[in-house]
Amino acid sequence: MLGLNKKDGTLLLIVIGLTLFAPFLLNPFPVESELAQFNAGYPDLMQRFVIFGIFAIGFNILFGLTGYLSFGHAAFLGAGSYAGVWMMKLLSMNVIPAIVAAVIVAGLFSVLIGYISLRRSGIYFSILTLAFAQMSFALAYSVLTPITGGETGLQLSLDDPRILTGGAEGGNLPVPSLFGLEMRDSFDLVLGSWLFTFNVGYYVCAIIMIAAFYLAIRIFRSPFGMMLRAVKSNQQRMSYTGLNSRPYTLAAFVISGMYAGLAGGLMVSMDPLAGAERMQWTASGEVVLMTILGGAGTLIGPVLGAGFIKYFENIFSKINDQILHGWFAFLPDGLENAMVALVHPFIGKGWHLTLGILFMLVVIFLPGGLVEGGQRVGRFAFRRRNKKAEGAEAEGAAKQPAE
Amino acid sequence: MDQIILQILNGLDKGSAYALIALGLTLIFGTLGVVNFAHGALFMLGAFCAVTVQRLLTLSHEVVDPERTDFLGNPLKVDVPYVMDIFGESTGAAIIDWSVPLAILFAIPVMILIGVVMERGLIKHFYKRPHADQILVTFGLAIVLQEIIKYFYGANPIQTPAPEAFRGSLDFGVWLGFEANQIIYPYWRLVYFLFAAIIIAGVFAFLQFTTFGMVVRAGMADRETVGLLGIDIDKRFTMMFGIAAAVAGLAGVMYGPINAPNYHMGMDFLVLSFVVVVVGGMGSLPGAVAAGFLLGILESFASMSAVIDLIPGINQIIIYLVAIVILLTRPRGLMGRKGVMED
Amino acid sequence: MSSSNFTRRGVLRTGAATGAGLALPTIFSGAAWSQGFTNEPTGSTVTLGFNVPQTGPYADEGADELRAYQLAVEHLNGEGDGGMLQTFSSQALDGAGILGKKVEYVTGDTQTKSDAARASAKSMIEKDGAVMITGGSSSGVAVAVQALCQEAGVIFMAGLTHSNDTTGKDKRANGFRHFFNSYMSGAALAPVLANAYGTDRKAYHLTADYNWGYTTEEAIRASTEAMGWETVNAVKTPLTQTDFSSYIAPVLNSGADVLVLNHYGGNMVNSLTNAVQFGLREAQANGKDFEIVVPLYSRLMARGAGENVKGIYGSTNWHWSLPDEGSKAFVQSFGTKYGFPPSQAAHTCYVQTLLYADAVSRAGSFNPCAVVEALEGFEFDGLGNGPTLYRAEDHQCFKDVLVVRGKENPQSEFDLLEIVEITPVEQVTYPVDHPQFAGGALGTCNPGA
Repeated sequence: MLGLNKKDGTLLLIVIGLTLFAPFLLNPFPVESELAQFNAGYPDLMQRFVIFGIFAIGFNILFGLTGYLSFGHAAFLGAGSYAGVWMMKLLSMNVIPAIVAAVIVAGLFSVLIGYISLRRSGIYFSILTLAFAQMSFALAYSVLTPITGGETGLQLSLDDPRILTGGAEGGNLPVPSLFGLEMRDSFDLVLGSWLFTFNVGYYVCAIIMIAAFYLAIRIFRSPFGMMLRAVKSNQQRMSYTGLNSRPYTLAAFVISGMYAGLAGGLMVSMDPLAGAERMQWTASGEVVLMTILGGAGTLIGPVLGAGFIKYFENIFSKINDQILHGWFAFLPDGLENAMVALVHPFIGKGWHLTLGILFMLVVIFLPGGLVEGGQRVGRFAFRRRNKKAEGAEAEGAAKQPAE
Repeated sequence: MDQIILQILNGLDKGSAYALIALGLTLIFGTLGVVNFAHGALFMLGAFCAVTVQRLLTLSHEVVDPERTDFLGNPLKVDVPYVMDIFGESTGAAIIDWSVPLAILFAIPVMILIGVVMERGLIKHFYKRPHADQILVTFGLAIVLQEIIKYFYGANPIQTPAPEAFRGSLDFGVWLGFEANQIIYPYWRLVYFLFAAIIIAGVFAFLQFTTFGMVVRAGMADRETVGLLGIDIDKRFTMMFGIAAAVAGLAGVMYGPINAPNYHMGMDFLVLSFVVVVVGGMGSLPGAVAAGFLLGILESFASMSAVIDLIPGINQIIIYLVAIVILLTRPRGLMGRKGVMED
Repeated sequence: MSSSNFTRRGVLRTGAATGAGLALPTIFSGAAWSQGFTNEPTGSTVTLGFNVPQTGPYADEGADELRAYQLAVEHLNGEGDGGMLQTFSSQALDGAGILGKKVEYVTGDTQTKSDAARASAKSMIEKDGAVMITGGSSSGVAVAVQALCQEAGVIFMAGLTHSNDTTGKDKRANGFRHFFNSYMSGAALAPVLANAYGTDRKAYHLTADYNWGYTTEEAIRASTEAMGWETVNAVKTPLTQTDFSSYIAPVLNSGADVLVLNHYGGNMVNSLTNAVQFGLREAQANGKDFEIVVPLYSRLMARGAGENVKGIYGSTNWHWSLPDEGSKAFVQSFGTKYGFPPSQAAHTCYVQTLLYADAVSRAGSFNPCAVVEALEGFEFDGLGNGPTLYRAEDHQCFKDVLVVRGKENPQSEFDLLEIVEITPVEQVTYPVDHPQFAGGALGTCNPGA
């Protein structure tokens, strides 16, 4: 199917299924129940899941295949975001020019940074990319305020020219749209006490992510992908055979930079404001963590990692003591307070702590990231069904993390 | 001229902090080959050792003072530290005043213990794992450590002042023949510089002149061969981790009076210390120290208003700019060894 | 396809509870609700969104804001001692919630980043059905969230935000600010400084290199230069700077005799600590005592700076030692509940919540456009800052501003600042078209839907 082998085809179908039915899957709890707190099926978070998924998929093309660990990828996301907002300010609120400009600008920016940084390898490369990204952040936050909006971020304003569509009508800002279809439009489906929200912006992002994922599979399986893996396993041997690896690594760097730009463009299409913090090293570090957490070098891992981190950031930070008391209300008073006191450090303002602990647990017990966790569960179930095939399957699964 | 001397002093001072942190970091990099993202957190823990000692010394019981009132109009409760009860008011006050230097005695065993526990309990299992896994686990640890500190001490900075005797400044310019008040420099910052110099010299001497140090250096060069010679290199590496943690911790203790410690100070220094280590060159202790001082001095020069007027924003990016230039002209930083962390 | 912009789960929470046809799939488009406005509360409760920094350097300030919000919710729902409800000049609130609906709240973490703050606010609007968002501890976040609320059609009641831009070039019809701003700090401080230090002074500015720093430097320079001061130099310092020694060291030799630190939060704690270390507080220059000024003070930051604040002037929005009835009532109920006095951030957040609730009650509707109408030009008293006006043209509160000084002999760890002067509102009022607030437009109120 589409030039994919059976296994990749199945993986793609699974991803398509998961993204298209995400509004159902992410809202498993009835609206009225106490557990509704854990529902993640609202437009903003769903959009973030797929956008950061794209970002991580792109990062993985560089890191997972070539082993080059960039610590400055957020710079491309930021550059793409700024380009996107400027398109909306200057041209029109249609998201197409914004996304296209974001990808192009991020691509050019990554050619520049990649060309210089790839002259070194290993940790020296990481620090070079980090240095470029930190410089971009520092300048965007301060000296470049007229272009980037600085601290407050670059935002739309009523007197923007928008030469294709004219300025704002009335006293309100226009909203991003795709040929008249507003990104924030939603459709609510109520089934009994469940509520599911289908958001235009989410589906735009989801379709683009599926396309990006498909492209990533093709790159992983292509001769180009093989070449990149050769860089990872032994660059020296490769150069002895007379091959210059630089063009390949630069191509991978630029492709992954353009993925980051695409993510930035989508981000501002969903929410038209670009903040400088997007370029800070913590943001670059976040995508590194997403990829490793999910499973570096696997196809689906980075998407899982992105979802994992964003879920904690948005869901756990919102749980407060009042909600805790609600959960444990069925307990006797003393016990209720004890339970609340026990859980309290890990939620709300303590969500960082929970995330840090989970990072450690995952990497200690699942060396291949979340993907390996999935595989272990799968293998366990499989073994129970068919003990004889165990050997062959385990071998197949063991190869998986290296992909 | 006086401005330049002043900025060199500033640079030496900033550089001592960078060099101390980078020294510990590169000990771990160089000896154990571990990318330790929790190193900034160790620096922060050191600073909070000082806060803890200060808190312990000022442990108090309340005495109600009926003549004064608190903000709600109730009689004011005055805290009287136990130290003052035990040693009398003036001796007690002096002990509290000297809490930062006292904290050094407290921090050395505590930080070595933390380092050893960290290495035995966690890092040990990651020697053979990819660098990516090391980053993830140590970053997770760093978050956990700083959140624990935040839980107990809050997010606000906490002042740990230097002893009374070291407050105030030295008129350095007069020595050099300048007029009074041209070049003055705070005593504590001079103390910090001397302290850093002693620690750095101590670590070098230790590695250079002791058998222990010789074995560790041999282990850095070729771990396998040293193992084959029947030397238990693991135990020594654990000790090195403890020493690296102690160096970071002491840097933190002494830094408290310069800038009030807060729970995220480790993260603020983390990126910078990696830049320093890499600019110095992987696996090179002198490189890390040299890069620390170099970046400190250049950062100070870039913050002079004459320079900022010339190139706006230079003070924001100087460190990274220098790092890029050095890494592009010298492939392995200032003094890096070939083949260390290059793949 | 529906035309709803944001889902209204709040509606559903109560709507679905009564849901008779549980098994029957009901499909309705957002159009069915479009007569109303975003997140119109139809059940017996109303949800407010408290979006404060819970992680990062301002986490303690955020925690204090959250305490104040919880207190405000208690008072609105008729629990506790009522706090400022008794002293508030408008008596529309009766302690039975807002318009008879019990007040509930959700909380979120801004992380002091505009992106994260918007994500958190969006989740409150989309998921929890919040009809009003409030909070924040920096201007970047306030401006970003204010713009979001304008788009979404909910009201934004700013927390601690001091930049001129919030109600200047970035003002929005759905956003309101009770806190004072950079211009007011300058206007209030300058006469006091001239009084204390004379009009023949040379100032050296260190300015945080981002929007808030720029507006504060501009405001302080404008008003001190109008008093006859001269500005010798103004140097911008990076946000991420922790050691300010290389910026402080040249000051004494620059010919200046006053140092103005346009810093906030951790920057301010560190730069002030460094300045005192370098002996600036005891130094002499141009035959006068050298002085340091911190335009925006906060008690929490003063606590972080410890002894270094002694004798140093600054301005603040409110202080717990104010003797008026409103302040006393608030300090009493806050102090009784939490055991320490509230910060200015807590005060402004508490007051903003009451002001919103009161505006809804007077308007008789939660519709943002009705609330905007009720708040525009609203004059009130009894909330701690004397008679106050919510100006219609830019949604900025005009009230007295406090000039404070670090106390020489603090009685307790909270007693760090003393009020030097209460600058009357006339002195800090500026015309709507003042150049420091130029650009931007309020637009029209947006009810969403």
